[in-house]
Amino acid sequence: MKDTEYMNPYLAGVLLGVLLVLTIYITGRGLGASGAVKSVVVTGVNAVAPKHAQSVEFYREYLEEHQGSSPLKNWLVFEVVGVFIGAFLSGLAAGRLRWVTEMGPRVTSRTRLVAAFLGGILWGIGSQLGRGCTSGAALSGLAVMATGGILTMLAIFAGAYAFAFFFRRLWT
Amino acid sequence: MGPLVPDLISENLNYILALFIGIAFGAILEQAGFSSSRRLVGLFYGYDFTVLRVFFTAGIVGMVGVMALEHFGLLDLNQVYINPTYVWSAIVGGVIMGLGFVVGGYCPGTSFCAAAIGKKDALALIAGAVVGVFLFGEAYPLLAGLYKAAYYGSPRLPQTLGISPSLFAFLMTLVALAAFGAVSLIERKVNRQPVEPRQWVRSFAPVLGVGVLIALSAFAFTDRKTELLQRAQNEQWVRSVPVQVMSVDEFAFRLMDEDDDRIQVIDFRPAEQVQQESLPKSFHFTVDNLFEQEPSRLLRMKGKINVFVADDEQTERRMAAIAHALGFRRIYILEGGLDYFRQQILQFEPPGPPQSMQEEFTYRFRARAKETLPQLIQSGKEVTPVKTEKRRPRGGC
Repeated sequence: MKDTEYMNPYLAGVLLGVLLVLTIYITGRGLGASGAVKSVVVTGVNAVAPKHAQSVEFYREYLEEHQGSSPLKNWLVFEVVGVFIGAFLSGLAAGRLRWVTEMGPRVTSRTRLVAAFLGGILWGIGSQLGRGCTSGAALSGLAVMATGGILTMLAIFAGAYAFAFFFRRLWT
Repeated sequence: MGPLVPDLISENLNYILALFIGIAFGAILEQAGFSSSRRLVGLFYGYDFTVLRVFFTAGIVGMVGVMALEHFGLLDLNQVYINPTYVWSAIVGGVIMGLGFVVGGYCPGTSFCAAAIGKKDALALIAGAVVGVFLFGEAYPLLAGLYKAAYYGSPRLPQTLGISPSLFAFLMTLVALAAFGAVSLIERKVNRQPVEPRQWVRSFAPVLGVGVLIALSAFAFTDRKTELLQRAQNEQWVRSVPVQVMSVDEFAFRLMDEDDDRIQVIDFRPAEQVQQESLPKSFHFTVDNLFEQEPSRLLRMKGKINVFVADDEQTERRMAAIAHALGFRRIYILEGGLDYFRQQILQFEPPGPPQSMQEEFTYRFRARAKETLPQLIQSGKEVTPVKTEKRRPRGGC
């Protein structure tokens, strides 16, 4: 892995921090990611089984917040669409667009895809409990020094280090 | 004063901005190498700490940046989303996410980046996340207890720990610097690269230098409110601030004059007192309101004259001095405070026969004001406090 390919991590960190401050200044909220997934799920459930969506508080609350418009009309959904565009353009400029499965040296691509899917399920559940993921709870929470966000951040890192040993075969 | 949404920037423009913020977010993450799962999880196996460097640098720049905006009065933190604290839900959710990180190799934001440049494993993770949120939704009735347990509102960590935000940011920056130094050593060891002390020092010195500067700057960006309130205790400083004083007669005249819509009486007395006796053309205010985006807009209205009133002139002066320091202009205070106003106008008794034309006119005016004003002063009126409710946006995920 050559370091020269990527931006200096401290520079990237400063740029990300400045973007975060700008976002908070303009919108009063930080960056996020998993909220967009929630929006998609609520939209899907509401389209397939609207009665069911009304009967579960988790969906109903979200729908009530977006009354009069689609639950997809959400700040984070627009932001995440931007993330895809931005990352794609960056990858294009750096010549990194490749249709591949990235994995550790000791696993098959099938194992990797199954693990990624399972990891995704865990993220889906965890981000709802934690009221945000690494972007919305950890990073944005750190910037505004929110106790809740920093607690979630510590738990994410503690959890990852605690379980890392058991999944080392996947990566090293 | 920020945030600019929803007052200066409309809802719809906000969605367009979200798209552009997202583009910048995605591009920075991709450029930093966050579109690679092996690089991301390197953090947990010690061979690549890029994530830690980017993440904590961003967090600290964000933290100090927010402090600076607050310090210069550009951002009202009451209107900013502060992640609420639900202790158990945060810990359990965080640990599950940590497990998801080492199993899945990405977090949600980085999986979007990786998927955008063609990583199939990232697409699998996104699909899993959709299923995961759905499972949570279906299991919600079972999880609601945990989800809502141990709720402590939305405190900020320095507040929870009982230290100043400046000290907290300073310590966080030092911790991050120590971590940056340590991980670069660990990285070399795990990757079996020789550690040459001189080279290491040379590569790390700029980061350390900038980091220490950022850490120290935290003390420059003190919490503006705490600082100003403290300064306002100093009589000498309060007296040094120029304020205009409105005489009780002018004040009475302006209150009675139906055509005078320029005067705004800013009443700093306690709410119960204002409720019993509320002056015409007045708004109930607290010292906190001066620091808040929404209420303070009242003081910025064009062509208005703001008269600060309290029972005593000393309080009026203190409030006016704080307002002056916050950049508000055209602030008047009432001569002698409301105590003097009551004595001279509301309970006016001529001390003797007028000695001059001037006195004759004054006495006549005061006698009329004494008749008229009590009818304008309402009692038992529902105090309409200047809007202080929080309309925090929903944030996070």
